Amino acid sequence: MKRFRRHGQESQRDRLKQELFQFNKTVEHGFPHQPSALSFSPSLQLLAIGTHSGAIKLYGAPGVEFMGLHDENAAVTQVHFLPQQVELVTLLEDNSLHMWTLRAHQGLSELLEIGRFTLTGPPGAFPNVTRVTAVLAHSLGELLLLGTEGGHVFIVEVPGFRELEERNISLDQVANSVPEDYIGRRNLEHVEALQENPVDPNQVVIGYGRGLMVIWDLEKQCALQHIPATQQLESVWWTEDGRHLISSHSDGSYCRWAVGEGDESDEEEKSDIPYGHFPCKAITKIIQLPTQQGPPFLLFSGGMPRASYGDRHCITVIHGKTQIALDFTSRIIDFFVIKDGPQHTGDPSALVVLVEEELVVIDLQTDGWPVIQTPYLVPLHCSAITCSHHVSAIPLKLWERILATGDLQQTHYSKKPWPITGGQNLAPDPPQRDLLLTGHEDGTVRFWDASGVCLHPMYKLSTAGVFHTDTDPNDNMNQSTEGEWPLFRKVGCFDPYSDDPRLGVQKIHLCKYSGYLTVAGTAGQILVLELNDEAAEQTVEAKVVDLLQGQEGFRWKGHTRLDVREEPVLFPPGFQPFALVQCQPPAVITALNLHSEWKLVAFGTSHGFGLYDYQQKNSVLVKCTLNPSDQLAMEGPLSRVKSIKKSLRQSFRRIRRSRVSLRKHHVNNAAKLQEANARLEAELAEMELAPVQRKIEARSSDDSFTGLVRTLYFADTFLSDSSHNTPSLWAGTNGGCVFAYMLRIPPMEHRAEEGVAAQPAKEIQLMHRAPVVGIVVLDGHGAPLPEPLEVAHDLARSPDMQGSHHLLVVSEEQFKVFTLPKVSAKMKLKLTAIDGSRVRRVGVSWFSSSRTEDYGESGLVVLTNQGDLHVVSLPHVKMQVHYPCVRKEDVSGIASCVFTKHGQGFYLISPSEFERFSLSTRFVVEPRCLVEPPLHSAASQRRRQLDGASSPHRHVSTAAASLPSQPPPPLANLPVCPSPSRNPRQDAEDAEVLQEIQKSLEGDQTLTMENNVKSAVA
Amino acid sequence: MNKNHRVPSNRSLSAVEVKSKFGAEFRRFSLDRSKPGRFDEFYGLLQHVHRIPNVELLVGYADVHGDLLPINNDDNYHKAISTASPLLRLFLQRKEEADYAAFGTDSLTRRKNTVLSAVLLRPDANRKKPPVIISLPRDFRPVSSIIDVDILPETHRRVRLYKHGQEKPLGFYIRDGSSVRVTAQGLEKVPGIFISRMVPGGLAESTGLLAVNDEVLEVNGIEVAGKSLDQVTDMMIANSHNLIITVKPANQRNNVVRGGGGGGTASGSSGRSSDSGASYYGYGSGGGGGGGGRAAPLPLPSSSAASSATPSHIIQNFPLGAELESDEDDEDLVIEAGGEAEPIRRAPSLPRYEPHLDLRRGPSPANGALPASGSGGSLSSGLPASATPSPDKAAERRSLEEDGTVITL
Repeated sequence: MKRFRRHGQESQRDRLKQELFQFNKTVEHGFPHQPSALSFSPSLQLLAIGTHSGAIKLYGAPGVEFMGLHDENAAVTQVHFLPQQVELVTLLEDNSLHMWTLRAHQGLSELLEIGRFTLTGPPGAFPNVTRVTAVLAHSLGELLLLGTEGGHVFIVEVPGFRELEERNISLDQVANSVPEDYIGRRNLEHVEALQENPVDPNQVVIGYGRGLMVIWDLEKQCALQHIPATQQLESVWWTEDGRHLISSHSDGSYCRWAVGEGDESDEEEKSDIPYGHFPCKAITKIIQLPTQQGPPFLLFSGGMPRASYGDRHCITVIHGKTQIALDFTSRIIDFFVIKDGPQHTGDPSALVVLVEEELVVIDLQTDGWPVIQTPYLVPLHCSAITCSHHVSAIPLKLWERILATGDLQQTHYSKKPWPITGGQNLAPDPPQRDLLLTGHEDGTVRFWDASGVCLHPMYKLSTAGVFHTDTDPNDNMNQSTEGEWPLFRKVGCFDPYSDDPRLGVQKIHLCKYSGYLTVAGTAGQILVLELNDEAAEQTVEAKVVDLLQGQEGFRWKGHTRLDVREEPVLFPPGFQPFALVQCQPPAVITALNLHSEWKLVAFGTSHGFGLYDYQQKNSVLVKCTLNPSDQLAMEGPLSRVKSIKKSLRQSFRRIRRSRVSLRKHHVNNAAKLQEANARLEAELAEMELAPVQRKIEARSSDDSFTGLVRTLYFADTFLSDSSHNTPSLWAGTNGGCVFAYMLRIPPMEHRAEEGVAAQPAKEIQLMHRAPVVGIVVLDGHGAPLPEPLEVAHDLARSPDMQGSHHLLVVSEEQFKVFTLPKVSAKMKLKLTAIDGSRVRRVGVSWFSSSRTEDYGESGLVVLTNQGDLHVVSLPHVKMQVHYPCVRKEDVSGIASCVFTKHGQGFYLISPSEFERFSLSTRFVVEPRCLVEPPLHSAASQRRRQLDGASSPHRHVSTAAASLPSQPPPPLANLPVCPSPSRNPRQDAEDAEVLQEIQKSLEGDQTLTMENNVKSAVA
Repeated sequence: MNKNHRVPSNRSLSAVEVKSKFGAEFRRFSLDRSKPGRFDEFYGLLQHVHRIPNVELLVGYADVHGDLLPINNDDNYHKAISTASPLLRLFLQRKEEADYAAFGTDSLTRRKNTVLSAVLLRPDANRKKPPVIISLPRDFRPVSSIIDVDILPETHRRVRLYKHGQEKPLGFYIRDGSSVRVTAQGLEKVPGIFISRMVPGGLAESTGLLAVNDEVLEVNGIEVAGKSLDQVTDMMIANSHNLIITVKPANQRNNVVRGGGGGGTASGSSGRSSDSGASYYGYGSGGGGGGGGRAAPLPLPSSSAASSATPSHIIQNFPLGAELESDEDDEDLVIEAGGEAEPIRRAPSLPRYEPHLDLRRGPSPANGALPASGSGGSLSSGLPASATPSPDKAAERRSLEEDGTVITL
């Protein structure tokens, strides 16, 4: 009977768990790591980026984004949208082609892979015969032309990937017709470029690596014209009127050729080396676009004089007399231009450039060509991220003030709206305003709007101004000198080189109610800042705090303290520092907390911790936690890292300066890869010979860094007796020690005169000595105490001060609840002893039920060193759910994780990308968007639907059903995405009818298909 | 000793006459047989009647067989009251001077004239040859041992490394490796965790319970299959205060031979470890005397027999509720403001006997406080001198570690 009832309770709890917890990885914020390909669909207004790791990402209007991942772990080398359709083709490094589509499902679009294909040559042929080097998606959307390394052009019908062998353009066919006098006719090399005549889709130009370009008639299957360029070809552009071809070459020249049908004039019309005289680097891509009035735009990448500017990553824009070289801070991957007008055929409006570390969009219609701020793909890593801090539910007032100060910083951006507008964002408005703060190596703190799908920059704070640093912070961006030619303009904000690593931000704490911010850094500096809407000139006085407390026999071997500017400094509107503490020794700050109601800041390093009163600007408490025998703690952590970094930086610069230009197609890539693999295997084998061992030893008080302060916590609780609650400060160390101090805070009216006093109250040494990573006090109801000022702002229920409070100590190994004020163990949950994982990150979150509005509970959210997420209930410390989240090898990803107050979290999946996840059923921020197919492609839609009905995605079908391009039957006019009003039965019937149509067609399929192709080409 | 007292009388049904002896002094009083009260009250009463309020006492009584048996908890106190016929003879000793040899079967009858008189009349007298000392159950110091022999396959060995309050390092290393399993498909190579190295003088080496290339199967009852080397390392360290490792010894020749059942047969393997055992137990030669020199389960007082008879329990050798079976958590140290350090206890109900492993070293430290450096055998306050580790010990520890290059990441 009893057991039966308990069983019932358990299943009820299980149901509740389902209502409370759910794990989803929702969206990736930031800039994709190692992008490798770019494409744009004018008809869909979508941008596609492929990456080295095989991911494909689509972006449209802000909030519209899709992501797909190839099963092969190979780099995406090319992405092409099929014109006027919702499909796109990707080419991977392993020479496979993949077809992706945006399919509507329940009113939302999703990105699906629907087919894959690898060219197969004749038996016995060299593999390079079928190695694809150039792809052209024909404008009719039915054909794909694939140029290969062997010089052949294969023609494939899409989306089914059916090879049309009879129409292939073999190298022999072309070579036969090459004029006798062309010097390179013996070896035309690979197909470098394929372009379609914008006015006659039957004509394509095939550009061979050796320089020769052939205009080919697809219908007649013959060459129309040969253009005998003699320099190594880099790219070809067919002007919009179809009358000229522009080719760019590896010697930094470009040529304009007239296209005359039947006219065999092989005369070079115009040739130019724009940065001439001395040897130049290759122009890798060139485009020319006309304007309604005035001269055309000519844009090209590369072509810089080798000796002087060979290391620059430039795109030159020439418009009439204006010529400027846009100087990017990282390698250019690709670029395109967006055109105005309803059909996107008007004047060029924006230049979109994908460089290795960011996406830059330049407004071509405003004077000075300013940059348009990107609403997504923000370079989070413009300086390396060193820490992050999340603040949920920002009050509107503070939000607006931060936004306003942020706007003042963004004066140099274009006012134009974001030019990429594809798709509709159907996501509901975010439920609250959330801020993500990232600290960076260069001493900046960036504020991001993390409320929704788009991580949007709001405001940037620099702490470097307070200190004297070796270099002028503006040095990097203003390298150009007067009268320099060509005219360079630095664009983009990616600047990975920090010249003083001591400025690095290590800990951040923001009080969202008072607007006080504290930022602590690598050289033991703690700044307290206040939000001010006006610029102000003030001196920041430094208070040096000796954490060693006169302990003798220590000599700090690390970096020195930062020099503080003694003269007044002008601070722009925004967060302005008014107090500064510098720890001595200047070790990195390892824990930080701010109590805005008591006006106190607590900070800790590997040597001890301190409490600072920022109202009276004096130090209240200093406690040394250093073990007297711990000499390792006196080594500066930077001393070694610094030298590694320095050498890295130098080698990077060497690479940038090296004269070796990267060829686009590495012929010997495969060989290199094999070599690398072999080396890796050898290394692995070596490692097996000398196996890794682990020492099994209990922790001891003599271990290094036992004194390192891991966590600091303020609480108003019962520390000494059970009838009077007092303010208190709690500190937890690496050695499993918890210190509690009772604080005496003068009443508000005397706060400015009377001092704050701290008095040691308790010290708990955990027997298992594992590092203490979190301390929480639970009130009489078992709920965590609210944040400072939260109750004063009516945003939280005041804590229960009647019942007895409990202290929850989270160590890396276990969760332990103690009673207060008399500290005795009450409950615990062991983690490491049971499954060998250790707590890396911990946070307190509120989980609301998805079923009932009014139910919710607090829980501890934990990320372990195994990359698993756990939710632990409060106050009973019982394991609730766990999900695998991060690969356990991804140590930096695990270390970067931050939790929100509502069960979401962020962690870095690369130096430049945050993955957002949610453990809550209620708070899920994920992209929900719909992309409508272009209107005038009904036929292809129809066909796609049939495909979808007859076979699941990912078929390599050579028998893809296709319909003649006759007037579509009425049934097929159905919208692709079912509108909400349609009933599902109707859908099912439609599908049946469509299947029948398809079946009836399959009988004479081959015939139909040929007809189809012919009519398409015609 | 008046024989008349042995005649049951009406009075004796309700009251128990108590004759308590401390040193040379006697006290007589009576207790209500039906309502004896709790031991701590009784203990307080004894201190009161002898006017020795602050002296820590060991209480013993003579049972019907004439054995001197201890009274140190409610159970044996009630037993003593109920079996008193009708006189209850108590013998009190100062704790620091206590002679444990006095307790035990036949202790009173066998050496009535020598031992009892020695205990009672000349407590400080020097004895030339101390007899085998058997201490109180709670004063047993757990030692490393082979356990659960009756429930494990013969090819496996479950080893408990008990590092309580010792300066000895656990002293071994583990590595990844592969072992061969017999499956339906034939022999299969599976990854496993192995002991790779021993630190000379460490607990693992000196007890001889583990050996290089032993495969680790479980850590504190949890299988390690599928866990990474780092995970197993962390599990072992997290359990380091009381580490129970199930291994498949590389050398299967020394396997435990199962005898007639019961834990006692585990000592079949003790021969192997006894070679090195002497030095290990050296620090308190009298201390863990019963188990001294043998890596075998300690003889248990009868009171704990019931709990040790449950074979499914991993930790067999120690009574469940006994405080010495420490969950280390009960021993987190709390220092109140300005006060002394005190270990946290879950149920601070009974006055505790302080450990006396170092009987020969004079008085033990005050109640549970930080042991002065040098008293290595302190049992319940097992913190190795947390605040001020003595430098010589640290040096000693370091010297125990083997030199040579080891990849420890």
